[in-house]
Amino acid sequence: MIDKKDVEYAAGLAQLKLDEEEKEKYTEQIGEILNYVDKLSELDTDDVVPTAYTVPMKNVLREDQVKESLLREKSLANAPDEKDGHFRAPKIMSD
Amino acid sequence: MTTKYETVIGLEVHVQLNTESKIFCGCSTEFGKEPNENTCPVCLGLPGTLPVLNKKVVDYAIMAGLALNCDIAEYSKFDRKNYFYPDLPKAYQISQFDLPVAENGEIEIETEAGIFNIGVTRVHLEEDAGKLIHEGSIDKSKGSLVDYNRTGVPLIEIVSEPDMRTPAQAKAYLTELKMIMEYLDISDCNMEEGSLRCDANVSLRPVGQEEFGIKAELKNMNSFSAVEKGLEYEVKRQQGLLDEGKKVVQETRTWDESLNKTISMRGKEEAHDYRYFPEPDLVPLEIDAAWKEEMRKEIPELPREKYKRFIFELGLPEYDAGVLTGDKDLSVFFEEVLSDYDDPKNLSNWMMGEFLRLLNENSHSPFESGVSPINLAKMLKMIDQDIISGKIAKEVFEKMYNSGKDPETIVEEEGLKQISDQDELDNIVDAIIEDNPEAVEDVENGKERAIGFLVGQVMKETRGKANPGLVNQMLRDKLMN
Repeated sequence: MIDKKDVEYAAGLAQLKLDEEEKEKYTEQIGEILNYVDKLSELDTDDVVPTAYTVPMKNVLREDQVKESLLREKSLANAPDEKDGHFRAPKIMSD
Repeated sequence: MTTKYETVIGLEVHVQLNTESKIFCGCSTEFGKEPNENTCPVCLGLPGTLPVLNKKVVDYAIMAGLALNCDIAEYSKFDRKNYFYPDLPKAYQISQFDLPVAENGEIEIETEAGIFNIGVTRVHLEEDAGKLIHEGSIDKSKGSLVDYNRTGVPLIEIVSEPDMRTPAQAKAYLTELKMIMEYLDISDCNMEEGSLRCDANVSLRPVGQEEFGIKAELKNMNSFSAVEKGLEYEVKRQQGLLDEGKKVVQETRTWDESLNKTISMRGKEEAHDYRYFPEPDLVPLEIDAAWKEEMRKEIPELPREKYKRFIFELGLPEYDAGVLTGDKDLSVFFEEVLSDYDDPKNLSNWMMGEFLRLLNENSHSPFESGVSPINLAKMLKMIDQDIISGKIAKEVFEKMYNSGKDPETIVEEEGLKQISDQDELDNIVDAIIEDNPEAVEDVENGKERAIGFLVGQVMKETRGKANPGLVNQMLRDKLMN
């Protein structure tokens, strides 16, 4: 089961700010989802190798060849802030 | 150092692979371009893009795994490591969590204290992050400038077992790893440019205790000497704490080169919960025996094997073998000369003496000088055949180094051929005898050393070209009979 603390923790990791009402709501909703998925653990999987990937494909590879990059102006075009050809990010360390 | 505590060190080493293009897109990996020139929608993490794995990156990781005596995974996959930091445009790094390309290896290292085996826990693939330039210092800056050229450059992370017991062992392990990567030719391994990076876990425990002590993680050691100095400092610091009955705090510490100490990063780092999960945009890797064997064939003789062969088969002293195999190009050069010339020790003397001196003076790598292996072999044979003296050879060698000419041409052009013709030397020897009556008297009175003086005078007169052995004999014949 999950409680409000788990939701607050997950929201913190995702850098989401939730108000009290949202926390209550998500605790309930995520709890329901987990309960639903939990049904799977009723299945006996003792002899089943854990699945890492569900699509039957492997080794999709490309040769080591350089392709043209984006023009820098285009790379920077979506950035909210830029300086001297760099993306500019707000300060990293909190006080 | 007291013997109350035993130091335990494990290293995590990141090696940039020297592919042409990035790990998941076709952007160039070239170093030193203008900021953000090597970027595209994939490495910028724009929505809707898909990564496609570079085959050469896997080839190189398999080679590294084999060279470190690891088991190569038959089945391997990629995972997302989630965290927010501006150097990571996707807010996750594609890495490998539970199924790395290679596991369970070990390498042999040597320090003054002896030979040790250091376990290699795993080798996994991941993408590099971008580069941040903080406006002002990291804790006071208003913003950071981000260059994503390095984002997506392929890395392997090599994780060691906590098998090292001294900073010297850690340095030797790192040096051995670097040499192996250089011999494999899969990385430039330049610590200053960041293509080789090393973090260390360090802890102390009372001698005899099996359980590990509390560790600190050391970062930001940007050179081999910084690794050794940082570890030495950290060992002393922890020892001081334990001696005072205090506890070591588990934390990340950064090595400050200018202060010569490690500094706590506590509070400046958020607690990490990376929430790894399988990367759904990349399909798994299956490495079959054929692929593995193909890569095994690409692996040359590795530095440690070469070192031992130079000692046991070529009869070189350990010191010579260490210097010559310590640089891949130097060892290749050495062996190329040796295919034309069969006196390894004499060759080694020349390479470690004149050749290394000039290479260091000019900051050249072995194949950047004017001396080709064939020409060096020719020159050494000319000495052995008494065509030039060893002394003149130094002059010839320096001229070869600077001009790229072969030694025969230089000897011809400069008239440096050794004079081994008795008739030609006769007049000179007589003149020297004439001019040095005192020395002659000494010789006649049985003072052997005076002969040397007279030989020296003849050498001086002929600007080093006379065959010293012959001159010696001629003087003896003339004065001592």
